[in-house]
Amino acid sequence: MAVEIRLPTILRQHAAGQATVQAQGETLGEVFEDLVRQFPNMAGKVVTEDGSLHKFVNVYVNDDDVRYLDKLDTKVGGDDSISILPAVAGG
Amino acid sequence: MTLRLSPHVYKTMIGHSYDGLPDEACGLIAAAPGSDKAVVVYPTRNAAASSRVYEVDPLDLLKADRDAEARGLQLAGVFHSHTHTDAYPSPTDQAQAPDPEWHYILVSLKDLVPVVRSYRIVDGNITEEPLVLEGR
Repeated sequence: MAVEIRLPTILRQHAAGQATVQAQGETLGEVFEDLVRQFPNMAGKVVTEDGSLHKFVNVYVNDDDVRYLDKLDTKVGGDDSISILPAVAGG
Repeated sequence: MTLRLSPHVYKTMIGHSYDGLPDEACGLIAAAPGSDKAVVVYPTRNAAASSRVYEVDPLDLLKADRDAEARGLQLAGVFHSHTHTDAYPSPTDQAQAPDPEWHYILVSLKDLVPVVRSYRIVDGNITEEPLVLEGR
């Protein structure tokens, strides 16, 4: 099932400038695998090489931060909207 | 490069910085795509609740991003306060700056009068940019 992913401006350059893209999968991890299949330059930007969420991004399913759900194992469906935003932090 | 601010955006940043004491305060600004004028400001919570570091609360960030998009704007930068140091990016700010297109605004509360400065951070290189207060 396809779900919508909203991309932050900094990642749009890797998706032909698009602000939202569609990807397939039943879990967040599968959706991000499909995202990288479609846009190979996304590799390593959201999910690290060791298969965990990148420390410097926040990912939400609808209004929920996935760190407080099941992270990459979070189930997603056709009505869900996934948002990726850069973590904004400093000292 | 320049960052232009309305008086509302400017005073909201400074007010929110004082309201956050003793912790660092933070927030986001939004501009029309391609514009260098911040027209909307979003004071956010500091999820780190610290006087030395900040993290824009993730839910506040999501709400700000959605609100900006609904207004035809986009997030264009972040401001945060330094409670006891100058208005210059710290090594942590430099290392964690996510977007080379963003404005990184520092509000220093070190002295009696607040000092506000804006920077670009590209590949870890910090460049100050002029800050212009418009519509006075």
